[in-house]
Amino acid sequence: MAVSPIASPQPFADAPAGAAPPLSIYDLTVAYHNRPVLWDISVDVPAGQLVGIVGPNGAGKSTLIKAVMDLVPRAAGRVQIFGKPYKQNRHRVGYVPQRESVDWDFPVNALDVVAMGLYGKIGWCLPVRRKHRRAALAALERVGIADLAQRQISHLSGGQQQRTFLARALAQDADLYLMDEPFAAVDAATERVIVDLLQELKRAGKTILVVHHDLQTVVDYFDHVILLNMRIVAAGATRETFTKDNLQKTYGGKLTLLDQAAEAMRQAERAS
Amino acid sequence: MNRRRRLGRTALVLAVLLVALSGSAAAPATLPGGRGTITDRSVEWPTWPQWRRVLLLEDYNTRLVLLGTTLLGCAAGTVGSFTLLRKRSLMGDALSHATLPGIGIAFVATTFAGGDGKSLAVLLAGATISGIVGLAVILFVRNATRVKEDAAMGIVLSVFFGAGVAVLGIVQQMETGHAAGLTGFIYGKTASMVPLDAQLIGAAGLAVAIVCLLLFKELRLLCFDETFGASRGYPVIVLDVVLMGLVMAVTIIGLQAVGLILMIALLVVPACAARFWTERMSVMTIASAAIGAVSALLGASLSALAPNLPSGAMIVLVATCVFLVSMFFAPSRGLVARAVRRRRLESKVHRQHLLRAIYERLETAGNAPLRDDSRASAPVAIEDLAPMRSWSRRQLEKQIQQGERQGLLRTEEGRTVLLTPAGCREAAGTAHRHRLWELFLIRYADVAPAQVDRDADAIEHVLDAQMVAELEALLRQQDASRAVVASPHALDRPAGPAHGSTTP
Repeated sequence: MAVSPIASPQPFADAPAGAAPPLSIYDLTVAYHNRPVLWDISVDVPAGQLVGIVGPNGAGKSTLIKAVMDLVPRAAGRVQIFGKPYKQNRHRVGYVPQRESVDWDFPVNALDVVAMGLYGKIGWCLPVRRKHRRAALAALERVGIADLAQRQISHLSGGQQQRTFLARALAQDADLYLMDEPFAAVDAATERVIVDLLQELKRAGKTILVVHHDLQTVVDYFDHVILLNMRIVAAGATRETFTKDNLQKTYGGKLTLLDQAAEAMRQAERAS
Repeated sequence: MNRRRRLGRTALVLAVLLVALSGSAAAPATLPGGRGTITDRSVEWPTWPQWRRVLLLEDYNTRLVLLGTTLLGCAAGTVGSFTLLRKRSLMGDALSHATLPGIGIAFVATTFAGGDGKSLAVLLAGATISGIVGLAVILFVRNATRVKEDAAMGIVLSVFFGAGVAVLGIVQQMETGHAAGLTGFIYGKTASMVPLDAQLIGAAGLAVAIVCLLLFKELRLLCFDETFGASRGYPVIVLDVVLMGLVMAVTIIGLQAVGLILMIALLVVPACAARFWTERMSVMTIASAAIGAVSALLGASLSALAPNLPSGAMIVLVATCVFLVSMFFAPSRGLVARAVRRRRLESKVHRQHLLRAIYERLETAGNAPLRDDSRASAPVAIEDLAPMRSWSRRQLEKQIQQGERQGLLRTEEGRTVLLTPAGCREAAGTAHRHRLWELFLIRYADVAPAQVDRDADAIEHVLDAQMVAELEALLRQQDASRAVVASPHALDRPAGPAHGSTTP
């Protein structure tokens, strides 16, 4: 990959030295159809913290967490989970995809969905057994909708569907959680449940990375924040990082050169 | 309204489909040189011995055919439920059409090499290879170009089928043998089934059942949330290949019985029908297998009774009947059940409108009933109710009669109406919900007071107890258990223009 014109941002200054961080991204570049959507991302996520990824639409927030899990091909760069490639530490990562990413008219109930988080433990070709169902029910209990376990998922409200997805990730019992817009279009009650849950996970020493869209709540919810707009604009403790100046850079100042370069690469690909 | 129009359109499309289906069963084939049953469509009422032969499973061949097709329907129904939920139903169609050139080429090549070109094993091997090539072309076109998957399938489906028809045309010209047996693959012809075919279908069906049983959990994850599956390390591509392999297996063994044109129906229709009856994927898969089996059994029986009707068409028509019954009469998801639910809500809305109108008249007169009232209310003149809403006199009277039947109100001498205790409670409850919502809109949503009446109109019927409790807490309504909160706007306001938006 060509050297980026953007200076690499500082990684988190307060990342503990020594132990491998839960998530370490180095020089990551992702391109769709040769059009880069993420440029030279380098960041270390500190252990046991609640970290928000914030940026405008199309900034590559979802792409970033998908690239971490090898769900989209990387053009360049390296990602490590607790010091190892994702493949080797997959079981330590819990994933909450965007709610809109699936068809909720699917013929399964909430418990079935949560049990999907346990498939790794169950193993290939073996059925979901009683103890797994119990574990799934316990996960639903933690998000406060155990009473809806047998309900078909299209009969759940948006917030309940989101909680089901969270419960599925909880069932995995991971150390690092990657959540894609868990607060998107949920009711106030669900939002409270999610906030409490995030705090609970944090107290249990888990690290949580949350793609977030609501700037109003960033300061309240997150210890650390990554401001993203195709590249990392700033990353660090929320208090110092979530500044007017940095937000201006993330949302306001369009990096026309970056856009133009991406467009040029796309055109070149088309011509070839 | 919209929904009703959509329903009408669906029904129309289905009717056209049915006509087209029966047409395809009755229309003479256009294939060049097709012989025997392909062009001969004369249908005669089966004679008594024919009935007996089929219904009592008297002869060996009929037993064989029915067993083979039933197993096929079962296998296709099983696989179909997965492809339907994976939203890859049409892949099966492209696949089956792509098998035709392989059949023709296998026949030509084997005949030239001196072998038996009509050996089923050879023909099906050709079909398999050709089908895989077709699938590969679809994937290549989709991945390497900007052509989308549906277009790529359209291209492969038609081009391969065209090529197949051309190859069969050439086969006709060959002196080494006629291709009458080959055209049977297009429409399906069960009569020629031999024990080996039934065994083949049985073996393939068993394999399909085993794979589906073992990988049920994994395939369900693939169908529901592929991204999550991939994040957990499941090889999505491998699972997709397995699924396509199952489709392929079912298609190949189904070519003979159902024919490649209608094979898709056996993959899609039972699964769609089964979906109406259940919200559990395991139940749906079993139901789909059962519907497929029954359709295949009945369809093949019909075809055996009237040998000039191709079995494929018969099977599809039976399956479609099952589908139509499911679509209309399935509980909960069926159209009738949905219409009933909608109707019930509408009548509740109308009933509560009347009750609230009566409540407001009573309140104006200083006789407002309570939400836990146990007495009948004071009478209200029907004359006074007429201007409360934009209802015609007839509608109002009809609604009053309805309310009387439900024991919510009583009329006296056709001039006045009074609420029974039950009517009092529902009327007060409705007015209470209506006003809570109005207050909420005014205080929290910044809606103008003149506007809230109409906005709250639709909501008051659907607010459940929990939401009411939340609203009461939010709006700090004291003594909320008995009295109805005061209206935030004047009640003698004339009814707004046409309350059309009453159905939520």
